[in-house]
Amino acid sequence: MKTKLNTLTLVKAIELLKNKEIALDELYNDTEEAVSAKNPELNIYLKINEQAREDAKRQEAFPLAGLPIAVKDNFLTVGLETTAAANVLQGYMPQYESTVTKKLKGAGGVILGKTNMDAWAHGSSTETSDFGPTKNPRNPAHLPGGSSGGSAAAVAADMCLAALGTETAGSIRQPAAWCGVVGMKPTYGRVSRYGVVAMGSSLDSPGPLGKTVEDCALLFTHIAGRDEHDATTNLQPVPDVLKTLKTGIKGLRVGICYLDHPNIKGTVVDRSVRDAANVLERLGAHVTDVPLSDQLEKGKILKHDYAIGVYTVVQRSEVSSNLARYDGIRYGNNRGAFGEEAKRRIMLGTFTLTKGYADKYYIRAQQVRSLYIQNFQELFKTFDILISSPSPSYALPIGAAGGDPMFGELQDMLVEPSSLAGLPGISVPCYRDPQTNLYLGLNIMADHWQEEKIFRAAYAYEQVAEWNSWKNP
Amino acid sequence: MSPVTFTPNDVVRIAALAKIPVTKTEETSLAAGFTTTMTVVEKLMELDVSKIPPASHISGLENVFREDIVDESRMFTQEQALSNAKRTYNGYFVVDQVLPGE
Repeated sequence: MKTKLNTLTLVKAIELLKNKEIALDELYNDTEEAVSAKNPELNIYLKINEQAREDAKRQEAFPLAGLPIAVKDNFLTVGLETTAAANVLQGYMPQYESTVTKKLKGAGGVILGKTNMDAWAHGSSTETSDFGPTKNPRNPAHLPGGSSGGSAAAVAADMCLAALGTETAGSIRQPAAWCGVVGMKPTYGRVSRYGVVAMGSSLDSPGPLGKTVEDCALLFTHIAGRDEHDATTNLQPVPDVLKTLKTGIKGLRVGICYLDHPNIKGTVVDRSVRDAANVLERLGAHVTDVPLSDQLEKGKILKHDYAIGVYTVVQRSEVSSNLARYDGIRYGNNRGAFGEEAKRRIMLGTFTLTKGYADKYYIRAQQVRSLYIQNFQELFKTFDILISSPSPSYALPIGAAGGDPMFGELQDMLVEPSSLAGLPGISVPCYRDPQTNLYLGLNIMADHWQEEKIFRAAYAYEQVAEWNSWKNP
Repeated sequence: MSPVTFTPNDVVRIAALAKIPVTKTEETSLAAGFTTTMTVVEKLMELDVSKIPPASHISGLENVFREDIVDESRMFTQEQALSNAKRTYNGYFVVDQVLPGE
């Protein structure tokens, strides 16, 4: 049987197009066929770009060769409705383009459509979307994770060649893990937030989701870098992650984190991360356990329990401030249109910023955040990368998020400390349950600006592990 | 220190500050939800952070400035600026009256 061209990786498709072994039109036929067949059931795309095929013809000569990319619905895109999956923004047509999608188009990428997400990116399930949940393509009785659940699912279902998402704490890596794809969160400030519907401004990091580590590395090189329209982007030069991607991990110092947590110890999550650690060791890395601590201690990692509190306060405070702009006057609907989760977060954030309570909660949260930053700075003197699981479980069944005000925090507890510290991380598939067809991910983190290390380690792991469903078709 | 708790009246006050309309049922459910959520925050009180400065930016980036030059290519036309507004009048946004009077 002829390979469906939508099942190609980004890198492979570019190569075949360049050698004229496939035609872009055929690739679009196959991709659109997959979208028509699966989108009604899975609810992945909120909006399809009807111009995609036309755009692609103009883009074919550029590095990303006119290939179809799925974009999370919180990136402002001129000519394509942008809602952040929220009723408040229904019908909103952006008057300007986000820096990331502008760069994507400049590099020859084409936006195939806008993907579903938790409304305003507030969540870890894509179940809180005001336009209905997305289902996990690996097993549609389950959630895709979130908030970039639509983008992760689009990749998993071959309804695009690669995707863009955003992460505040886990929103790229957790859905990537649950959908069995690769998802990468860059260092905070590496990729511009200009034109991204703001959530937690001191945390938000746009990043790639793809079928392979190499696809993510390729997309990363095209979206990263200083942007004069986002003052929090950094002047640090962007490393050539593609150049070092395949150079191996001999001598890399690896620390294993968070496996002692009572919800994880002895579970399949624990075992799969240990197995992955053994693989890294066989590849030449030096692997050791990092003990947990409930205080700031040299050589130990501060337990994540505090991070949930820090994240809860910082994120909701920033949400209350960012979502104050939605007044229904200049665009969008009025504040009565906010969904349950958005209301909860805006109001709690309003409380934590109220006079009297701001010192007690907000300032203290930022002080504890400093502890996490110091802790990681110290750990990265002895380790090149830290590994953990991005999520304490497989994809949960549809309905699991159901109004639990702390669902996201419990889901994301393992990545919250590193997100609060602004560290880069990548999730790469590290186990598949043969009964349910659901996946687990391996989360690899490094110090600020060290994306090169996480891509290199993830690539080395991916090559010898059997869990990538595109590597071994 | 005992954890903070919320009553439906607290919710009404916060809702007014945040300009979020809430129903009677929501007043009760949100109060319970906030109380639960804030218990995880109370954990932060266990740590001694008296000598720790609050974080402001993860890599210590300080104020970033640019030249004060208007980039006309990024300016909206009046038509663009109004294009998503539900209510406009003679090229203006229409807002609800704030001050009392005629």
